[in-house]
Amino acid sequence: MFDLAFYILAVLILGSALMVVTLRNIFHCALFLVLCMFSIAGIYILLEAEFIAAVQVLIYVGAVTILMIFAVMLTHQLTGKTIRQVNDQPIAALFIISSLLVLTLLALSKTTWEVASSSGVSPSATELGRALMTVYVLPFEVVSVVLLVALVGAIVISRGD
Amino acid sequence: MPSDYAYVGLFLIFGVAFVLITFFFARLLRPSRPNPIKNRSYECGETAVGSAWVQYNVSYYIYALIFVIFDVELVFLFPWAAAYRSLGLFAFVEMFIFIMILVFGLAYAWRKGALKWV
Repeated sequence: MFDLAFYILAVLILGSALMVVTLRNIFHCALFLVLCMFSIAGIYILLEAEFIAAVQVLIYVGAVTILMIFAVMLTHQLTGKTIRQVNDQPIAALFIISSLLVLTLLALSKTTWEVASSSGVSPSATELGRALMTVYVLPFEVVSVVLLVALVGAIVISRGD
Repeated sequence: MPSDYAYVGLFLIFGVAFVLITFFFARLLRPSRPNPIKNRSYECGETAVGSAWVQYNVSYYIYALIFVIFDVELVFLFPWAAAYRSLGLFAFVEMFIFIMILVFGLAYAWRKGALKWV
C-alpha cells in the first residue's frame, strides 16, 4: 500500500515536473507546478511529517505559485495570445542534469546508511512549537525580523521610490 | 498513520471519479448542436468584451507579496498554537513580540499606500 502510494505520487511528481519544462503555454506550466508541489506534500505525508506537508501546501501550493501566476498575468506579452515557453539549450541541460544524477547516484551508493539509535525529534506541530518556544527562541524572533525586511523591501522595490 | 490517509485517498479517488462519470454520462445523454452564440464565453449575461488574457495591474503583485509574507507568519502560528497549553505566558509574550514586529511591516505598507486600491 505504501509502495503503491509512493509510486503514484512519484509518477505525478515526475510527470507534472516534465510538463512544467516542456509545455508551450507558460500559464499551464505554472498550473502543473501546483500539481507537482501538491504531490510532494503527499510524499511528506507518507513520511509521517504531516506538519511539513501542511506547510508545503500553504507556502508552495498556496503562496509561491500564486506569485508565479501573478507574475505571468502581469507581463506585457500576454495580451492577445499566450506566452510561449522556449527551451534554448535542451542538450546542455540534459548533459548537466544527467551528470548531476550520476554524481548523486555515486554518492548514494558510497554512503553507508546508519540507523539512528534514538528516534530523533518528532516532526509533529506540538514538538516543533515547543522547540521553537524554548530552545530556538532567538532564531524564531529573527524570522520575524527577516519577514519584516522582506515585506519592507518588497514594498520599496515594487513602488520604485 | 498512513492508514488514516487511506480515507483521504479514497475521497480523492471518489471525487475525481464522480466528476469524470458525471461528465461522461452528460456527454452521452445531451444533444450536441453548437452555434457561435452558445459557444461565446458567459459573463453574467453581459456581452463579453475582449480576451480574458489581459495585462493585470501591477499593484496586485504587492498584495500577492504581502500575502506570502503573512502566509509564512501563519506557518509559525500553527506549532505555537499546538504547543501553547504546555508553555503558558512565556509563549504568549514570544508570539506577541513576533507578531508586533510584523505589525510594523503592515503599518509601513499602510503608510506607504501599498494597501490602497487603485
